[in-house]
Amino acid sequence: MIQVEGLSKIYRVAEKQPGLAGTLRHFIRRRTRDVTAVQDVSFRIEPGEMVGFLGANGAGKTTTLKMLCGLIHPSAGEVQVAGHRPQRRQAEFLRRITLVMGQKQQLLWDLPPMDSLRVNAAVYGIPDAVARRRIKELADLLELGEELTRPVRKLSLGQRMKAELLAALLHEPEVLFLDEPTLGLDVNAQARVRQFLAEYNRRTGATVLLTSHYMADITALCPRVLLIHQGRLFHDGPLEALADQLAPEREVRLELESPVSADALTGLGRLEQLEGCDVRLLVPRDQLTAVVAQLLDRFPVRDLDVTDPPIEELIGGLFRQGRV
Amino acid sequence: MRIFGLNRRIIRVLLGSQYAHMLEYRAEIALWALSGVLPFIMLSVWSGSDARSGLGLDGVALDRYFLSAFLVRQFSVVWVVYAFEEDALLGRLSPYLLQPLHPLWRYVAAHLGEQLTRLPFAALIAAVFFAVRPQAFWLPSLGGFLLAWLATWMAFAIAFLFQSLIAALCFWSEKASALERLQFIPFLFLSGLLAPLTAFPPAVRALAQWTPFPYLIDFPARVLAGQPVDLLAGFGAQLAWIALLLPLVLLLWRAGVRRYSAMGA
Repeated sequence: MIQVEGLSKIYRVAEKQPGLAGTLRHFIRRRTRDVTAVQDVSFRIEPGEMVGFLGANGAGKTTTLKMLCGLIHPSAGEVQVAGHRPQRRQAEFLRRITLVMGQKQQLLWDLPPMDSLRVNAAVYGIPDAVARRRIKELADLLELGEELTRPVRKLSLGQRMKAELLAALLHEPEVLFLDEPTLGLDVNAQARVRQFLAEYNRRTGATVLLTSHYMADITALCPRVLLIHQGRLFHDGPLEALADQLAPEREVRLELESPVSADALTGLGRLEQLEGCDVRLLVPRDQLTAVVAQLLDRFPVRDLDVTDPPIEELIGGLFRQGRV
Repeated sequence: MRIFGLNRRIIRVLLGSQYAHMLEYRAEIALWALSGVLPFIMLSVWSGSDARSGLGLDGVALDRYFLSAFLVRQFSVVWVVYAFEEDALLGRLSPYLLQPLHPLWRYVAAHLGEQLTRLPFAALIAAVFFAVRPQAFWLPSLGGFLLAWLATWMAFAIAFLFQSLIAALCFWSEKASALERLQFIPFLFLSGLLAPLTAFPPAVRALAQWTPFPYLIDFPARVLAGQPVDLLAGFGAQLAWIALLLPLVLLLWRAGVRRYSAMGA
């Protein structure tokens, strides 16, 4: 459904020194430099896949999404989405895709979402009866009711985002590009949007490429992730493989009956935290079973928990360490 | 079937939603209507001046000309460059570009919705004018009214296309509306808003005929006021300006979208 080969995007940006002298120099002789936002990125996404797109701010996620939906032209490389070259923005292509940007809106601010939905139905040529049925189905899934007849400006952020999703999906696109669709939503609203996207994908078989700052979105929805850093693709595969790659250790949390010294824990993984009876250890995955057995054998354990470190911490740490 | 990307349903729904949208701003639009009383100020200036004999219009004819200029202006005001500039800056343009409808149609619908909202306020101001100057009251014939309506609508089309041309420059410069302000002074003088074109020396009048400005106010206002006017030449010039501006707007828009796409949306 989506084929990307050697995709690059280079922006030319103006450079100006601070102060009056810098301003005058900039006015007389404008200096620019090229910034590579996306560099030689290749991947394929099959029909019906839900793929997470991860990366720090400025990594190139949004630029890539905009190239995939045809809003910006690539500097190099080839893109095919649903059999079309996106930058040509043919009507047939536009009817098959949608882009939802968490921080941008298409709904008319002073009118109820229903008015914008009627406009979208007309623009996409959806017959009235079909549009009414789809609105009802999507509204039920999104748990939207009388909010559709209230002015957008009177809706909460979560309600507004759900209405935006409804408007973006009314024409039943086959490919969804979602850029931070849960940004700024509370935990409940995030969960609701996630459930909806999973259900929409199950019902329609739509292909989804999703960027999010909330790892919960990715872990809940996307069996496969693309990790991009400084414009380059760093990882393409299952999320677990990324976790294994980034974190060869697992976290073991213990609550003991009585305090122990740090020395007593020597040889049982890397001690991360020791506060009274609470212990946190990082243990290599291949030694996990043996270490847990020794811990249970040596100490009176009240509670024991084994977890992966949060993926956002891993990725954040990775970027901070400059390992990618 | 779609013509220029439009069909009857899109027109109906777009106009309906934009009219509803503009009704939300009715108080602001009433103030805009009120702020368009410049022709009445000019009428009082000319009425009290000895120079009015040079206008070729006097008394009731002058009253009717300026009232007509006010009404034509009310229904040909264009603000697409400001709306477009804001949409481009705030990123609202991106979703429009991803829908199978030319974004300019949304702005056309917004203008028509605003004109419809303005209608009762403009009618009220006209009623007040007639109350103050009852001798100026007239009702144009149906044919005259239809011709004036057509001339006003074509004036709106010229103004809209002209400003869309400037708006398309937003793809290159974030503040293209500054150019709009630049053309406001020649518009003010040469459109007939400050004085009928007959007030100007023959050389200026001849020059003005080669600009779109007289066809934005002076020509439709004279048609509405029932004053002698060369209809064929007036409508011909309006059509010529539309025929010139339309392809220019489409070309510049296409080049602009390509640049917008190249620079990042």
